[in-house]
Amino acid sequence: MSSRFDARSRSVLGLADDALIASHRLSEWVARAPQLEEDIALANVALDLLGQARLLLAHAGQMQVPALNEDQLAYERPIEEFRNAVMLERPNGDFAATMARMLLFSAYQYQLYSALSGCADPELAAIAGKAVKEVEYHRDHAAGWVVRLGDGTEESHQRMQSGLDAEWPGFTRLFVDWIRDDVIAAGQAIFPPWLREPVVHWLEPVLERATLVRPEITQVREPGIREPGRNGAHTDDLIDILAQMREVRAAHPGASW
Amino acid sequence: MSDLWEVFVRPKRGLSHVHVGSLHAADAELALRHARDVYTRRGEGVSIWVVPSVQVTASSPDERDSFFDPAADKVYRHPSFYEVPDELQI
Amino acid sequence: MTSFESAIAEGARIEPRDAMPEDYRATLIRQIAQHAHSEIIGMQPEGAWITRAPSLRRKAILLAKVQDEAGHGLYLYAAAETLGVARSELYDALLTGRQKYSSIFNYPTLTWADVGTIGWLVDGAAIVNQVPLCRCSYGPYARGMVRICKEESFHQRQGFESLLALSRGTPGQHAMAQDAVNRWWWPSLMMFGPPDADSPHSARSTAWGIKRFSNDTLRQRFVDMVVPQAEVLGLTLPDPDLRFDAERGSWDFGPVDFTELREVVAGNGPCNAERLAHRRAAEDDGAWVREAARVHAAKHAQRGAA
Repeated sequence: MSSRFDARSRSVLGLADDALIASHRLSEWVARAPQLEEDIALANVALDLLGQARLLLAHAGQMQVPALNEDQLAYERPIEEFRNAVMLERPNGDFAATMARMLLFSAYQYQLYSALSGCADPELAAIAGKAVKEVEYHRDHAAGWVVRLGDGTEESHQRMQSGLDAEWPGFTRLFVDWIRDDVIAAGQAIFPPWLREPVVHWLEPVLERATLVRPEITQVREPGIREPGRNGAHTDDLIDILAQMREVRAAHPGASW
Repeated sequence: MSDLWEVFVRPKRGLSHVHVGSLHAADAELALRHARDVYTRRGEGVSIWVVPSVQVTASSPDERDSFFDPAADKVYRHPSFYEVPDELQI
Repeated sequence: MTSFESAIAEGARIEPRDAMPEDYRATLIRQIAQHAHSEIIGMQPEGAWITRAPSLRRKAILLAKVQDEAGHGLYLYAAAETLGVARSELYDALLTGRQKYSSIFNYPTLTWADVGTIGWLVDGAAIVNQVPLCRCSYGPYARGMVRICKEESFHQRQGFESLLALSRGTPGQHAMAQDAVNRWWWPSLMMFGPPDADSPHSARSTAWGIKRFSNDTLRQRFVDMVVPQAEVLGLTLPDPDLRFDAERGSWDFGPVDFTELREVVAGNGPCNAERLAHRRAAEDDGAWVREAARVHAAKHAQRGAA
């Protein structure tokens, strides 16, 4: 699909949109968490992700002529220019599914940001260097819950396994090769398939302690250029997210806030 | 068993941990994470202790006199008790 | 004179294990719990706007603010628990209507301008109410309030800033801001409670050092604080009787509709049922999670001991 953004911008937008949409879904938990303490914890994670999204959007915006700011990119960009992974737009499901998604996504983000913190784009490297500490905390928080729920009651075990099973297919798509080769060759992005092995390696003992069955890892063979989400094709869930996110602004065109 | 924990935060290096409040958590690891999110959202600490509330043994206010009054009259424990020549710098 | 009475007379703090009259304990539990409930119920009206905030900066601020409210609720539940009551009992009292929360949170948030207005007026009123509580006679409550007041000052400032942007924005934004202020002004004045003459527990709470100033005194202090701020905002307060009394050095204001306050407190406000249902659903939906965490911890305590 053609885009006004070049390949390098699209790869940064992929990172930014992942964080933005994950933050949106997590913030839906506010005032609904299983315990007051967990409300605060989930809000912290949502805030961290929102902070990452803002830095990344600003960075992508700076690459454009004329430059675009974070809000123009978040609120005014057409949906087909969003590059987030489809797994992040899906509705939350129960607390187990939310923890499964947080575990899988943050384990991926951890490896990704770790690698990016040494990349050839100094600004992106700095953002990744800050973010990696945040997502390490998210990952470990989610891992704690996955173990508690997996190895908790019969009900929680079932819910945790279902949550993992539901999030897993989307997770495997995080490693699809969707970024153009020249951007990776220039050291400005990480080749996604490289991340799979270390991420799964880290996950295995967590799932084992949680007494959960790891779903099959399917090798994705289709060319990544047609990967849904990454190519701008999204589900109705993202339409809903953006409609809600943009509702106030849509009612007051041209206003500043 | 109660899942209440007492939280102590060291505000910065060189200072002692200070009691800041309590929270609920099913286990120690979660209690520590929650303590971080609840009591250090604005960078209030560099180190955290969590202690199960039931593990705290406290002196009783009824025994306050026998516990603390005896210390009050031991003025010789305080440096100002001693008279030394003004020019002495100790 | 008991040690409690002499401590109160000296202005010393009462601490959890001190002997205290049962009524003092019960009054504190009721007040601290009501305050804690207000914080967590108060997450709902604003929380609904996090996903709709019109800029990422405003979104981050609002998310942090609503998170603070959860934190404040937690500090307060912790303070109440030092009096020998469990949080679960307090939740139960909230959900069964035996304990109340601030009437203000039973009004709906209809537009984005309500978020700024709540920050400015509702948090402003809360600060006026809460600052004197930092010197309350019960140590854990007073210490919790110190922490809360420190954090709360950002809440009012962000509300003011957000509302100022609206007031100085497009005509549509300005109208939205004015409409929100019109709706929230009177309920904010009600937050200080019934007039002194109808405030049954006030005298005793004052004698015990739980309450430092009367409802009417605090209400007046709030009005005096807010009227000049409204002028800076370029918004009007919906009270034709507002005028400065040079002799008193204070603003006169019109009569507050305390019948409405009684109705809302009695459960007949626009959103009472919705707020409690939301809270109950969160509790119910989370029960299996809390249970699983308990069971997991117990399993591992056993394995650790074996």
